[in-house]
Amino acid sequence: MVEIITPVLLLMLTFFAFSLAFWLYRISKSRPIISSLFHPLVTAPILVSAVLLLINIDYSDYRKANQPLFFLLGTATVALAIPLHQQFHHIRNLTKPLLLTLVFGASFAVISALSIAWVLGATPETLISLAPKSVTTPVALGIAEKINGEPALTAGIVVFTGVIGAIFGPLLFRWLGISDDRIKGFVLGICAHGVGTARAFEISGKCGAFSSLGLGLTGAITAIILPWIIIYTFR
Amino acid sequence: MLKGLLVLLLFQGIGEATSHYSGLPIPGPVIGMILLFIYLQLSRSELSIGLGDAAHFMIRWLSLLFVPACVGFFFLIKIPNKQWVAVTGVIVISTLVTMIITAFLMKYLMAKSKRFKPKAEQ
Repeated sequence: MVEIITPVLLLMLTFFAFSLAFWLYRISKSRPIISSLFHPLVTAPILVSAVLLLINIDYSDYRKANQPLFFLLGTATVALAIPLHQQFHHIRNLTKPLLLTLVFGASFAVISALSIAWVLGATPETLISLAPKSVTTPVALGIAEKINGEPALTAGIVVFTGVIGAIFGPLLFRWLGISDDRIKGFVLGICAHGVGTARAFEISGKCGAFSSLGLGLTGAITAIILPWIIIYTFR
Repeated sequence: MLKGLLVLLLFQGIGEATSHYSGLPIPGPVIGMILLFIYLQLSRSELSIGLGDAAHFMIRWLSLLFVPACVGFFFLIKIPNKQWVAVTGVIVISTLVTMIITAFLMKYLMAKSKRFKPKAEQ
């Protein structure tokens, strides 16, 4: 009996934790700093993890039960084409600044992570797992496989990068006085992939569209360029 | 809206197939997104309300869909790796620094392109 209903309960756990997290986020909205730290992407996973540890269930079982959500993440990625299409007239005029920012941002994310880690004495395996950190999860896993990184570690690093970017990005923009939604969105998409894009859509539709663009382009160019950088550096 | 969801699934399928058979390192959904975007740009007709609604619905709950993946992060500690503090520090510092520099670079580049083409902006 228990085995039969466990998957359903584990899927319900995600929805329940998210609803609770979303409610917390709503009531903290009036204070930007607190509400950033109470983003559902921070609180919901903590709630779920706590419950899983408490009732002693493996992550692999939870993951299996939540497979429908992983699948729908793919569908949602396809759906990003619609805001991109609707906002394209804003993007067309900015081809040159966008492309330059993209190439610089995507390479700087990799180079800064690798050099800081190298200074701190990380092993080559860790360095390789760190390299695809700013790319959307499925791309990062594909790259990690290609360059022989640790897939589980890479997945964790990618998600953590996204959450850090999504939480602190909007705060940074406030402090730096950056008010243009196009800049906010594109930077979130480049640095914090899908998680940042989810956050960008909360700011505005335009912000979300620029984030979708950043996410898609960063995934594509990193997937093409990174394997070559890694092969060249670690040979 | 159902028709819209069907279109999204269709492009997800086409993307998965393209990714699998072409050997490109880009995942199926990203290829699906690019193809759907190209299709929308090329088609002369208005975006159907159903597709707009379906996409809006999916994107509205994008955060929810990331929850299971984020939970995985907390279970990584079980992986034998003693470089935890370093890894966390690297991610926080390099992500924040990259965001700051990238944002200022884009602001500068946009201001510069505006100066050359003042009309294109509006």
